[in-house]
Amino acid sequence: MRFYEYESKELFARHGLPLGQRAVAESADQARQAAADIGGSVVLKSQVLSGGRMKAGAVKFADTPDEAAAHFDAIMPIVVNGQNARSVLVESKSPIAKEYYVGITWDGRRKLPVLIFSDMGGIDIEEVAETHPEHVSKTHISTILPFSPRVAKEAIGAVGVTGSELNRLTPIISTLVEIFLHYDLTLAEINPLAQLENGKFIVLDGHVDMEAEARDKHKALLDDLGIQPEETRQARPPTDFEIKGAQVDASDHRGVAGNVVGFDGNLGLVIGAGGGSLTLFDAVRKHGGKPANYCEIGGNPSVKKAKELTKLILSKPGVEKIAVMMNVVSNTRVDIVARAVIKGCIESGRDPAETIAIFRIPGSWEDEGFKILKKYNVEFCDRSVSMYEAAGRAVAKMS
Amino acid sequence: MAGMFIDVVVAPEVAKDKDLAAKLTEVCPVAIFAVNGNGTLKIAEENLDECVLCDLCIEAAPSGSVQVKKLYETE
Ligand code: SF4
Repeated sequence: MRFYEYESKELFARHGLPLGQRAVAESADQARQAAADIGGSVVLKSQVLSGGRMKAGAVKFADTPDEAAAHFDAIMPIVVNGQNARSVLVESKSPIAKEYYVGITWDGRRKLPVLIFSDMGGIDIEEVAETHPEHVSKTHISTILPFSPRVAKEAIGAVGVTGSELNRLTPIISTLVEIFLHYDLTLAEINPLAQLENGKFIVLDGHVDMEAEARDKHKALLDDLGIQPEETRQARPPTDFEIKGAQVDASDHRGVAGNVVGFDGNLGLVIGAGGGSLTLFDAVRKHGGKPANYCEIGGNPSVKKAKELTKLILSKPGVEKIAVMMNVVSNTRVDIVARAVIKGCIESGRDPAETIAIFRIPGSWEDEGFKILKKYNVEFCDRSVSMYEAAGRAVAKMS
Repeated sequence: MAGMFIDVVVAPEVAKDKDLAAKLTEVCPVAIFAVNGNGTLKIAEENLDECVLCDLCIEAAPSGSVQVKKLYETE
C-alpha cells in the first residue's frame, strides 16, 4: 500500500529525518498561505500515487505566494499516469550541492531486505545501475539481528563516499532502514537525498509502500496519517475485471476467490494456496506461457464463489483455457474447487475437458476431487507433479 | 436448479415431520434444507452443490430416510 509523499514525509519527520519546511495545500488560498509562511522560493508538487510528476508538469517552482496559488490551480487538474492529484505539497526550495539515492526493498531471491545506495541521486536508479554500476551498492540486511549502522556505512563506503559525507549519511540511512523494518514496508525510498550547499543533508523526495497485510498491525499510524481502511492505494485504478473480481470475493464470506489482476495473455489462472499464486504465475511465465490474469483462491471458498471466479476469468477476452493449480491444500477442499471450476466452464458454455488445461490441486479430499475430474475427463495430477511441471503442462496445451 | 454433483433425497414422512424438518435445517452447514411456511421440509436446490458430505443430515434423521447422492459416482 503506497503512501503519498506528504504522508511518507510525515513518517520520516516522526523519526527525525531532515526535511524542509512544508505544508499540504488543498486550495489555491492554502498554497498561497503556505508559500508565505515558508518564505522565499518554494516547490509545489502534485500528491499522486505515481512517479513521473516532473515529466507531466505536476511539479512547479514559485518565487511568490501569488505564483504558488496560480501553480496550485495549474497542477491540480493534471492526471499523472492515470492518477488524479489529491492535494499539493508546498515545500521550501533548497540550494542543492549534490544528490544521493537510498532505497530499501525486498530481494525476493535472497528473501531479505536489500539496501540500495548511490551517490548519483535524483534520476532513475535502474538507469544508474545500468550505466554506472560502480555508483550503486546493494547490501542485504538481516531480519534477525538488530540493524547496525556499520551496515549503512559499508553501503555508503562501497561507492567511494568518505569523510563527513559518510558520517552525515550514516544516521539518515540507518533511520530509514529502521523505519522499513519497524513498519513492515516493502519499499522505503529517498530520491533525491540532497546535500545542501551548507553541507547538511535533506530529504527532497521520498515515498514508502507498506505491506497490505500489515495494515491492521500499524492501524495507529495509519489513523494518525488519516489513511482510511477503505483506501486500497493501488498504483492505478482497478479495471472493470478487477472490480468484478472483488465483487465475487465479497459475495460470500467463505474463503478467498478473487484478488484478480488482469494481464494480456490467453491462459486464465485459477491459482492459490500459501504463496502458490505468485509461484505458479511465475512458473507459467517461465515456461513461456501468457497469463490472462493473476488471482488468489484459498481458505475453502464456496462452490458458487469459486465458480463465479472461473466464469469471470473465462469471460475475459482472449482467454482460451484455464489452469487450475494450487500448492498442497489443507484448509481448501479439492472436491469443492473441482466442482466449482467444472460448473464454471459448463455455465460459460465451455467443455471442461477442453477448457481446463490442467488441474493440479493436491491435498484435502483429493480422492473425491479426482473422481469428479475423471467423470468430466479433465486432466489432473497429484502432488508427485510439481507446481512448476504442472504449469509447463498447461502451457504446452496452448496454441 | 438441481445439483450437478450432489442430490439429496428425503423420505416423504420425514419431509412432512416439522420437528425433523427444523432439525435438518439446523444441522446442515450449507443451508441445503429449509422449511416451507407450514413447517414442512424443502430442499434449497441452488445450494445442493455446496454439500460438504458431512453426513450430519443422515445422522439427524431415522436411518435410511435421508440420502446424499454423489451424482459423479453414478453413470
Ligand atoms: S451431508 Fe452435510 S452438507 Fe450435505 S446435505 Fe447433509 S448436512 Fe448438508
